Amino acid sequence: MSTISEFFHAGGYGFYIWGSYGAALLLMAGEIIAAKQQHRTILKRLSRMARMNAAEEDE
Amino acid sequence: MRDLTLAMRRRTDVLTTLFFFIIVVSLFPLGAGTEKMILMKIAPGVAWVAALLASMLALERLFASDFADGTLEQLLLTPQPLFILVLGKIFAHWLLTGLPLVFIAPLVGLQYYLPDDAVLTMMLALLLGTPVLSLIGAIGAALTLGLRGGGILLSLLILPLYIPIMIYGAGVVSASATGATDLQAYFSILSGFLILALILSPIATAAALRISVE
Amino acid sequence: MSINWFKYSAPMTFYPLAGKLIPFFGWLTAILMIGGLYWGFFETPDRLSDQKEYYRIIYIHVGAAWMSMWLYIVLAAWALAGLVLQTRLSYMMAAAIAPTGAIATFLALWTGAFWGKTSWGTWWDWDPRMTSELILLFLYMGYMALQSAIDDPRRADRASALLALVGLVCVPVIFWSINCPNPNECAALHQTSKPGGGNMDPNILISMLVVALAFWMYSFYTILIRVRGIILERERHTTWVNEMLEED
Repeated sequence: MSTISEFFHAGGYGFYIWGSYGAALLLMAGEIIAAKQQHRTILKRLSRMARMNAAEEDE
Repeated sequence: MRDLTLAMRRRTDVLTTLFFFIIVVSLFPLGAGTEKMILMKIAPGVAWVAALLASMLALERLFASDFADGTLEQLLLTPQPLFILVLGKIFAHWLLTGLPLVFIAPLVGLQYYLPDDAVLTMMLALLLGTPVLSLIGAIGAALTLGLRGGGILLSLLILPLYIPIMIYGAGVVSASATGATDLQAYFSILSGFLILALILSPIATAAALRISVE
Repeated sequence: MSINWFKYSAPMTFYPLAGKLIPFFGWLTAILMIGGLYWGFFETPDRLSDQKEYYRIIYIHVGAAWMSMWLYIVLAAWALAGLVLQTRLSYMMAAAIAPTGAIATFLALWTGAFWGKTSWGTWWDWDPRMTSELILLFLYMGYMALQSAIDDPRRADRASALLALVGLVCVPVIFWSINCPNPNECAALHQTSKPGGGNMDPNILISMLVVALAFWMYSFYTILIRVRGIILERERHTTWVNEMLEED
């Protein structure tokens, strides 16, 4: 494979190869981001609630 | 046995299931065209899909009414093994929803131009297969007791599990319609499914009932 | 050194352990994936006897397919552990695995369709393996649907665990019935199109295995992240969670 463009063209099958890998990359990256996001959101929400409870107890 | 008498009074259930089956089966030729060769080919599949759907429709009510009025919880407390109770209920369900289909099969044969041998095969296959549908369906019904998603969720859970029965049930009828004579293997498999389901399903259903009720 | 495994079966101790393991798996995933794909693309011939460049799809396809099957088995194993041992964490692990498994299954189907289009000219073919993969997707969806449909977490866990086990028992039956719809003969498992004919080029094999391993690492990675979120959510009323939150 001499040039980059040839690499992507992949003998005419570029669409299929990159369509597969692209989907894989998208889904996998998406999954990671979603899982991390979910964790962060839960953390934030629970922190807020914990702080509220602590504030209530101080009263 | 109590279930049988209760169910007998609800004779409308039998009729609704039956008519559902008939209507679904009659719909296909209207949609797919009435060409004889095509109908003959799709007959086994259509009949079985209709049987699946009909069986599934009635499943919700398998435990629902007992669940609603609290008798289910009491049943769980009785010294009688749950296995037997569950088996009784499933049997009643099958008598009302599966067995009638066996007898209505000739009608399908008529509409779809099936040869007589194939019709007999279909009756036998349905006889062996519909109990398995009830048995597996019971697990799903027990799991989804009282849930909002209700029937649709039940279908989603159970339909994949119905597939082997459908493949062999429809397969044997197809084979019979195209003139094959050694159908023994198919029936062995279907019987095998029946025996396996008879043993395993009530256990799973009982477990599912306990999970859903407690 | 004997690790006291039971120590880590409590959400409280597992949470930090998971936290430490996550970056480890993240890096492993990246290294293996990039390495494997590089090897697969640049150390292997462009064309094979009966395939063209598109055979490279196989790296992702096989990896995803294997993952989808293995993850279901692992999910069912955790479900069994939960039902038998009554440990909360088991159920949480099962719940964490499901989405990753479902995505792996979907990917296997998607890449399989692309593979099919290039190899045999059709996007879909009803061949036994792909059809079974489709059923597997339904099983995953059913599991997730049942879990989300039940409000009571205890009932939800146990019900979906039972469902997963029933599914596991049925999977061989389903696969076998699709594979051999006529008991007297079995269908061709998968369209025969092994890259390079019968003897696989060792470079291709290596790449495939490395990428498959990368998928494993990736699964650990995402599942551990997800399970941490689930643990927090479920254990939000415990002191250890509240203490940890107050530290932030």
